[in-house]
Amino acid sequence: MKRGIKFAAVIFILCFMAVGCGKADKDNVTGNLDEQQNTDNKKDSQTDDLEEKEQVVYVYNWGEYIDTEVIKLFEKETGIKVVYNEFEQNEDMYPIIKTGAVKYDVVCPSDYMIQKMIKEDMLAELNYDNIPNHSNIDEIYLKSAQEFDPDNKYSVPYCWGTVGILYNKTMVEEPVDSWGILFDEKYAGDILMIDSVRDAFMIALTYLGYDQNSTVEAQLEEAKELLKSQYNLVQAYVIDQVRDKMISEDAALGVIYSGEAIYTKRENENLEYVVPKEGSNVWIDGWVIPKNAENKENAEKWINFMCREDIALKNFEYITYSTPNKAARELIEDEDIKNSEVAFPSEEVLKRCNTFHYLGEEWDEIYMNKWNEAKTQ
Amino acid sequence: MRNKETKRRQKNALLAAPCSLWMIAFIIIPLLMIVYYGLTKREDGSITLENLKLIADPINRRALWLSLKLSIISTIVCVLLAYPLGLMLRGLKIKSNSFIVLVFMLPMWMNFLLRTLAWLNILENNGILNTILKILHLPTLHIINTPTAIILGMVYNFLPFMILPIYNTLEKIDENVINAARDLGANGKQTFFKIIFPLSIPGVISGITMVFVPSLTTFVISNILGGSKVLLIGNVIEQQFQKLNNWNSGSGLSLVLMVFILLSMAFVGKDENTGRGAATW
Repeated sequence: MKRGIKFAAVIFILCFMAVGCGKADKDNVTGNLDEQQNTDNKKDSQTDDLEEKEQVVYVYNWGEYIDTEVIKLFEKETGIKVVYNEFEQNEDMYPIIKTGAVKYDVVCPSDYMIQKMIKEDMLAELNYDNIPNHSNIDEIYLKSAQEFDPDNKYSVPYCWGTVGILYNKTMVEEPVDSWGILFDEKYAGDILMIDSVRDAFMIALTYLGYDQNSTVEAQLEEAKELLKSQYNLVQAYVIDQVRDKMISEDAALGVIYSGEAIYTKRENENLEYVVPKEGSNVWIDGWVIPKNAENKENAEKWINFMCREDIALKNFEYITYSTPNKAARELIEDEDIKNSEVAFPSEEVLKRCNTFHYLGEEWDEIYMNKWNEAKTQ
Repeated sequence: MRNKETKRRQKNALLAAPCSLWMIAFIIIPLLMIVYYGLTKREDGSITLENLKLIADPINRRALWLSLKLSIISTIVCVLLAYPLGLMLRGLKIKSNSFIVLVFMLPMWMNFLLRTLAWLNILENNGILNTILKILHLPTLHIINTPTAIILGMVYNFLPFMILPIYNTLEKIDENVINAARDLGANGKQTFFKIIFPLSIPGVISGITMVFVPSLTTFVISNILGGSKVLLIGNVIEQQFQKLNNWNSGSGLSLVLMVFILLSMAFVGKDENTGRGAATW
């Protein structure tokens, strides 16, 4: 009987170990498991032996959002080991930072998420003395960033872009300059709508002349009805698939992020990208340092490295999302890209664009419910 | 004697350890967590039934209803496809037999997502199927982004789970039993309905379970082949967890879904008993 209890205890303990391992692995999306475990071990030994600690930085970034070469360069130049993990959306990243399940040193969330994290006191102030390359970032973007990070105290812009309409010149005859075309019955079955709550409502609200961060019930209701009327015109609600579907000419019109537009235009020259006249959303992803970061100085070195013009250029060429780095932009050799309205919209375009604000959990839910209603006939 | 008995027990316990560990870590604990989250409030962790009541919301109710409908249809289609195939395989010689089973298993060596994306390419407006139809000057089909496409995806992805158990039980029916039936004057139809079918019911039931449950809970197939235009209960739950970060209401809805699964299992399980009874009789 006693043995039975012992046995149960062993199972119980092993079980928790298994759960623990499971947790650690889950975040290790890039699959460099050995590396992670190595550094984990090293991290443990750090506390025992402070003299011989190896420099590490834990980086948490969007998937496919960096030229991997850059990570190697950073390790080579600074001698700091990089543990690099990826997340798919802001909402995946948030609980991990919030609970401190893994203590990341530097993370790259979007505007509204940065705002939420600042509000919840999750971020550390940056020491700009350690980030001299910060001066490479164009003033314009720092100003935009102030919408969610009032004094630029917590974040340094990494990539940015707009949301707009991608259309096929051979399939759409009239000039496209308004969100209205997405609600035009003429294009029934040829429209790809974006399957993201906030972006979808941004389109409807902007088209109706309201604020894209609206928290007025009546406006949201009106936007919902508009989106609902669109249901039968929409071929599909997509995010990533819009790229392939537009390239293969499965649809005439699609809602897309500007970074993807450059890629699709390269693949199919009939495609054209436009930011509608009513205005749109401009988003900025920026580097931030969580409050619980253990290697803050290394994190600042990382941010500084990312702001260096040649590195920013390398990243831009790899991921094709616009860089806020004006020095890097100067270095772009391809004149078409350098002066591209898609990659670097004019100030006039940016003036009509706003960023998303964090509206609180309650409003997140209201938006989501209305979005589901719009998609159910 | 007693000693031997306890030793045997210990050995058994040790042998079962990996499996029980697995079950505790990945089935029991997560299940308890779902129950905990499902019955507590997000704000303060107090006990509530609010999360379960979410199912009464018109949109969620409709999503559940549609999910039930689509998964029942795809389960029926799977049975209708798999059973004749199982019978056919039973009649064949062993060698060609395993080859055909292999052919049906082959797609499963590929990733589930890839297979579903392949269907997207086939069914799209300018996809493979429509391109062929256009070349032949036939009218094109618009299946993509409709419930039909989702059923197709479910049947394609889960059919092997129906074929295997049905084939296995049919395969194991003793030839002598059938011969005896024929000997005693039963015709082909009678043999099938009174002997073969009742004996194969356990296989059909495990097949139904293995097709119905994943069909009812899927959200990937409806996202990819339904173009997010068709909202299933799986999508609603996924949204709660991923987009709203609301584990409590997501778990609550999962609990309701579990009740439906248990109900369907109980319903099918009842048949199993009568089936066995008939078989032994």
